[in-house]
Amino acid sequence: MSDYDVIVIGGGPAGLAAATSARGEGKRSVLVIERDQKLGGILNQCIHNGFGLITFNEELTGPEYAARYEKLARDAGVEFLLDTMVLDVSPDHMVTCVSEARGMQRISAGAVVLAMGCRERPRGALNIPGFRPAGVYTAGTAQRLVNIEGLMPGREVVILGSGDIGLIMARRMTLEGAHVACVAELMPYSGGLKRNIVQCLDDFGIPLLLSHTVTRVEGKRRVEAVWIAQVDEKGRPVAGTEKRYPCDTLLLSVGLLPENELSRAAGVELSRVTRGPVVNESLETSVPGIFACGNVLHVHDLVDYVSQEATAAGAAAGAWADACAQHQAHDEEPGIPVVAEGGVRYTVPQSIDPERMPEKLTVRFRVGGVYEDKRICVYLGDERVIAKRRPILVPGEMEDVTLKREDLLARPGLEKIVVTLEEA
Amino acid sequence: METRTLTCIRCPRGCTVAVTLADDGTITSVTGNSCMRGDKYARDEVTHPVRVVTTTVPVVGSATEKMVSVKTAGDVPKGRVFDVVRALTDVTATAPVHIGDVILADVAGTGIDIVATKDA
Ligand SMILES: Cc1cc2nc3c(=O)[nH]c(=O)nc-3n(C[C@H](O)[C@H](O)[C@H](O)COP(=O)(O)OP(=O)(O)OC[C@H]3O[C@@H](n4cnc5c(N)ncnc54)[C@H](O)[C@@H]3O)c2cc1C
Ligand code: SF4
Repeated sequence: MSDYDVIVIGGGPAGLAAATSARGEGKRSVLVIERDQKLGGILNQCIHNGFGLITFNEELTGPEYAARYEKLARDAGVEFLLDTMVLDVSPDHMVTCVSEARGMQRISAGAVVLAMGCRERPRGALNIPGFRPAGVYTAGTAQRLVNIEGLMPGREVVILGSGDIGLIMARRMTLEGAHVACVAELMPYSGGLKRNIVQCLDDFGIPLLLSHTVTRVEGKRRVEAVWIAQVDEKGRPVAGTEKRYPCDTLLLSVGLLPENELSRAAGVELSRVTRGPVVNESLETSVPGIFACGNVLHVHDLVDYVSQEATAAGAAAGAWADACAQHQAHDEEPGIPVVAEGGVRYTVPQSIDPERMPEKLTVRFRVGGVYEDKRICVYLGDERVIAKRRPILVPGEMEDVTLKREDLLARPGLEKIVVTLEEA
Repeated sequence: METRTLTCIRCPRGCTVAVTLADDGTITSVTGNSCMRGDKYARDEVTHPVRVVTTTVPVVGSATEKMVSVKTAGDVPKGRVFDVVRALTDVTATAPVHIGDVILADVAGTGIDIVATKDA
């Protein structure tokens, strides 16, 4: 007998939605373990609006969206351990955690859902020559300082990287009275949503410098200026294009990485592309009974999709725990591989078992570059079953296709499912 | 006749919307939007652009929070965004605060209230 049917690690939007769905109307015992003293995860610091349009048909701010999901989970009877850090998950679902109040604890689960979110690529991962003066922050750290602590990191700001957090912070710092000189982006396209360029940069006349990078940071104790240069197709600075921007703060918004130390230690196979677990149609990882959803699985730009994905993962974990409690054998047949081709960088899930999949299954993916006027195509064997026209596809925006169970079942012996881009 | 191309910011799809205006400034067509929200956005944007403002104010007496996040309960004219933020400079909330509580009524004479978006 396990202590809980399902244990969810992480109490952000993914964990909350997974836990609510795993409860199955009170059928199962579910515990969420969260290291922070509050639920809601990263949404607590995302005070801007634009969350929940798909789920609630309302434009909510991050904290409001988190509060709704927290209420849903509490009303569903999910239990919580806050201020508690999970240290280890074993392949047989023993969760080890530690808190100041209760010390070290070991709690067993029928099934485990990983929902630890992601963290920002740290500045060490970037190779900017120069000293390491004060005044260099990741955009997410600056967001926490301003929105949670009420502290302004600086007054004259340059932002490197056009990820959504950087764009959001350009507006936020401007509203708080700072001057944002520019946002420099290495790639020839923005990493963030188009709406954020419009409402966070264009509204305030903040220039977005595409194909530009920071080449030098000046200042010994505090940032005094940064040098920005144009780059060629290979990302190398072009001689003679360097320009000096006096500033006291440099924000880095150069990408997010799924937080998978726990998964790795549990023996979960990770994808080299998404940096998250490799999962099947049930969002189950390579370790039976361990599931994953949200930003720990692959980085999402929209919380609505996180909630949808997590609801599916929670339900699958619940079903797994039921089977476990009834000593039913699990069908561990490997599914049909989903292959990403022709500009599609990855897919989640990476394999599908038609027997286990729901009537309709959403496959999410990202493209590797900017593509205009293409069709997203899905092949089952040699046969094209989906051709969805898209005027523009960009790496910053997640795409999806919906596969039908009947289409897969109609093709016994299917060896692969291909998701690719073709000319429209 | 004039055509203006906008990116709708009402949802993350960010549709490209084209608005055509007659010489007297009346809108003759709106195309490219995937839903009616985009139509309204485009019409507002070319005549009187509006925004929702989100920011924070300090809160006293809360065991967990130093700041409470707030928003304008509705759209305010884009040109008044900084006035809204300025009007909040000296505003402090007092715990307990609940989501939806009015923190400042009729901010900067816009007729719109500032409401809390977080419990504190
Ligand atoms: C700055 C920013 C701006 C965004 N803006 C938007 C937007 O405008 N609109 C939109 O729809 N989406 C937006 N998103 C995306 C969306 O908010 C995220 O994709 C979503 O919050 C991810 O949810 P999550 O639950 O997977 O991760 P998180 O919210 O990061 O939650 C993970 C939780 O796990 C906990 N945890 C991690 N490790 C452990 C451990 N070992 N033990 C216990 N607990 C642990 C963490 O403390 C955290 O609470 C934004 C994201 C960011 C980062
Ligand atoms: S037109 Fe509708 S679907 Fe398109 S961005 Fe605007 S709100 Fe979203």
